Amino acid sequence: MRTPDQTLDEILGLAATQFKVAREKLTADDDFFKTLGIDSLQALDLLTRLEHHFNVELPDYELQGVSDFRTLAGRIQSRL
Amino acid sequence: MNQFKGQALSWELKDGVVELALHREPCNELGLVSLGEAEQLADSLEQLSREAHALVIYSALKPGFSAGADLRELYQRSQKMERAEAVQSVRHQLERAHRVLNTIDASPMTTIAAVHGVVFGGGFELALGCDLIIADKTARFCFPELRLGLIPGWGGIPRLKRDLGNAVVRDILLTGRSINATKAQQIGLVSQVVGEGEALRVARATAAQLGKFDRRTAIAAKQFIKPIPYEELRREIDIFCELFAQPAVEAGLKKFAESTDAQPYLP
Repeated sequence: MRTPDQTLDEILGLAATQFKVAREKLTADDDFFKTLGIDSLQALDLLTRLEHHFNVELPDYELQGVSDFRTLAGRIQSRL
Repeated sequence: MNQFKGQALSWELKDGVVELALHREPCNELGLVSLGEAEQLADSLEQLSREAHALVIYSALKPGFSAGADLRELYQRSQKMERAEAVQSVRHQLERAHRVLNTIDASPMTTIAAVHGVVFGGGFELALGCDLIIADKTARFCFPELRLGLIPGWGGIPRLKRDLGNAVVRDILLTGRSINATKAQQIGLVSQVVGEGEALRVARATAAQLGKFDRRTAIAAKQFIKPIPYEELRREIDIFCELFAQPAVEAGLKKFAESTDAQPYLP
């Protein structure tokens, strides 16, 4: 079972790779829409990749209002 | 017409397979231009099916297969009309879209949707009109219409109900949540899940395989296993138009059309 910190770290790594941002520039409390510069379609793409990576289902309404990596990690952790 | 190049879609018949590419930026939003060109396809399908055994539909755009109906166009057009006139206009548009999808659904060709990325609303309904859905890992399916106070209007519910269990249909429809390709395969919606960027290649390989079978047998099998739910499809148009007349829908469309939110699809 992953720890919350591991989950967060994997999310940051995945986001950095996918959107070609230096991993060290991403922090837990970043607004990922702003930091990654992504729109709604790209956010859906990230959601799909996170679901596959963690092998979970994340209904998009659970992510309503979620824009920082830490809260996102918490939502995923609750389904691991 | 074995070849067509339009603003929103293009097709070409080659080696017994018709390939239909969707290419309206940003993500194949389905508006009046798309509908008009899709009608040209529908009118050509019978002639195409004399030379082709399969139809493959795919998107040439990176974000996905289709984001569904062009809601901004729908909102802007509705604003220029009285409510009753707007409802009548929507009914006419739905009837045109149903004719296209019913023609694809009943085509003697075997039809394959090769999807990736966003497969939402009307895009999802287009895929549901096909016999097989081949999805790459990035595909995401959703009926977000309830978020706008509507139901899917291009045959989504009757076709989902035809193909899947009722509980699954309720989940997708009533929650409005999106599901990924793996989940879509688990529930029986998608026939194959393939690697990123591989859906079209696999669809072509599948279409080539289908060409080895006796044509008359393939047509008989399809007609036997895939009834078109015409009565429910007509009822869907009526329900959609009843809902479209409600003020909440106009407010929902306005909010979507004017939103600068990064997640406008979430109410």
